[in-house]
Amino acid sequence: MDAGLDKVEGILEKEVAIVDGIDISGPWNRMFEQRVIWDYTPELIEKVASLPGAESFAWCYQCAKCVPVCPVDQVGDYGPRKLYRMAQTGVDLLNHDALWLCTTCRNCVRVCKKVVDMVKIMPAAREQAVLNGFVPEELQTAFENTAKYGNPLGQSQRKRAAWTKKSDVPVPIMKDVKRAEVLWYVGSYPSYHPRGIDASLAAARIFNALNVDFAILGREEKDDGDSQRLAGELGLFEMLAEHNIKVFEKYDWDLMVVTGPHEYNAFKKEYKERFGFDRPIQHYTQFLADRLDQLKPMLKHEIPLKVTFHDPCYLGRHHGEYDAPRALLQAIPGLELVEMGRCRENGYCCGGGGGGMWLDSFTINHTTMRLSERRVLEAVAYGADVLAVSCPFEVSRFEDAAKSTGNDQLKVLDILELLDMSMRGVGLAA
Amino acid sequence: MNIVVAIKHVPSTTDELELNEDGTNLDFDEIDFLLNEFDEHAIEQAVLLKEAAGGEVTVIGVDVIEELDGVLHTALAKGADKAAKIVGDIEPPVSSHTQAKWLADAIAEMNPDLVLTGVQAVDDLDGQIGPMLAAYLDLPYVGVVTGVSSQNGSVLAHKEFAGGVMAEYEVTLPAVLGIQAAEKPPRYAPISKIRQMAKSAEIEEFEVDEDFEYEGCELRKMAKPESAGHAEMIEGDPEEVAEKIIAILEERGLL
Repeated sequence: MDAGLDKVEGILEKEVAIVDGIDISGPWNRMFEQRVIWDYTPELIEKVASLPGAESFAWCYQCAKCVPVCPVDQVGDYGPRKLYRMAQTGVDLLNHDALWLCTTCRNCVRVCKKVVDMVKIMPAAREQAVLNGFVPEELQTAFENTAKYGNPLGQSQRKRAAWTKKSDVPVPIMKDVKRAEVLWYVGSYPSYHPRGIDASLAAARIFNALNVDFAILGREEKDDGDSQRLAGELGLFEMLAEHNIKVFEKYDWDLMVVTGPHEYNAFKKEYKERFGFDRPIQHYTQFLADRLDQLKPMLKHEIPLKVTFHDPCYLGRHHGEYDAPRALLQAIPGLELVEMGRCRENGYCCGGGGGGMWLDSFTINHTTMRLSERRVLEAVAYGADVLAVSCPFEVSRFEDAAKSTGNDQLKVLDILELLDMSMRGVGLAA
Repeated sequence: MNIVVAIKHVPSTTDELELNEDGTNLDFDEIDFLLNEFDEHAIEQAVLLKEAAGGEVTVIGVDVIEELDGVLHTALAKGADKAAKIVGDIEPPVSSHTQAKWLADAIAEMNPDLVLTGVQAVDDLDGQIGPMLAAYLDLPYVGVVTGVSSQNGSVLAHKEFAGGVMAEYEVTLPAVLGIQAAEKPPRYAPISKIRQMAKSAEIEEFEVDEDFEYEGCELRKMAKPESAGHAEMIEGDPEEVAEKIIAILEERGLL
């Protein structure tokens, strides 16, 4: 401690303070001193920041801009600033439940002046926790399923293309055709989850109507692994990436179209940066928006409903695509698009990213309601009949949330389903 | 303590099971294999024992479809020290009796203090590997064990009986235990650790005893279950459905 400093009620102040020759001694002179921070050690902050990728954790200067935009703080007590403060005051994050609440939605990084990047910090810290054997049970099951079966749902790898049997239009498999203009990477939830399959069947009809020369990978396709990576399983991600890239390169195609924003991020960014996989990739909303001239005349049937759109974090904030989904919705006759307060850059998170999809019963013990429930309440407050989505994680999350909040009247539909309905005029019973 | 865990690679029931052409068994070319669930618990119990009382854990299994390495690497990533497999001219199915003989031949060379194995497996479902191993090795056997702790020269095994009856056995070593459940759920092995093991680990190999022939039951026929009836779906709005349910219950004299 500096000489001439007194500790008064835990606060340091100078016995005598003279500024520009004027004696301003008194209890308020601490205003002229540096903030007292040496009661704390930086060890636990360093423990996180020393992990490769997590360096920026130490840059936080506690301005707290991140807290009001954090979707988890809206339903609980959380936020990147708070994590730093916890570490500063003696909490080991690598062994604390708070480690698993971040959905890597990226809204904090958007506003952070110091670029403290939770999207990089979280996977680094969680990877260390996983290596130390600290994994929530529900997440562990999703990891094990992905490793064993190639999908987090624990469904049979051989049945990855079983959904195509329900299709009333052809869905070619790459193994049979060897070449297609468009490689459609379907994804795990659109291959196995009943509501995901609804969207896949709609996509197949739309692609056929547009005469797209496409094919899927069928049982050769495995989960992209990116959400598992963000939840701390880098090794699993690498194993899946190596498999998928090998399969992608086996066939001849010009453009890859993905159903999910997480897969879009995986292939466009992570597979590229880590494995040099650099091929043209579009999210289905971009692919269809590029063909809107051809698609629009096919949208014959009115959908006279008030529809609001939920921006998926990994399409919007992570990759800057806000317009393609909206262009598709606005092309549907009769449809009225209403924006929620939290949209586009400030879009709210559904809670499914960064492993949140497999931490539902863990997270609910740390929040007052699910993020998906918070979002559904917002959609209802804006008077929407339909909550439109374009990420396969969201349909089941929001449908469950609509039920659990007593808002069964709110329909949750993938944009693919809405387009298909407008094309065929079926399924519109309001 | 020198602990050996005998494991079994079994057909995955996540896939729809396919039968072979003559309907005498599964079509093993159309089926993926997984580690028997009870063996996962045996491995966990062995690693827990090692952590509590020291020692060495060796995991060994019959390499039925030449894909056992992944399972062994996972066991090593979870904390086992050594891995071994029984190789040779092997075609599935291999009965639990035959596997027990091959395993016993190899395990006898390892001089174990304790042999753990899953109490049963999803394929044969006869729970015979443990007792047969004990018989071949001339060791005592306790099955349906749900917890083991080490004492001086013996172990205390927690065993479950039917009807919720529990017992504790003090078992003199060496011995064989059939594990129903480890004290804790099997731990997670991060893929990066498994991949590390795949690069660095050495797996000891034992040759099968080709002269051994199991003279027991022969599997003559296998068939998929036939549906004997069907569920009636009651249509209508909730009021109508409720009325129909009441009518059905009354008709059957249940109300």
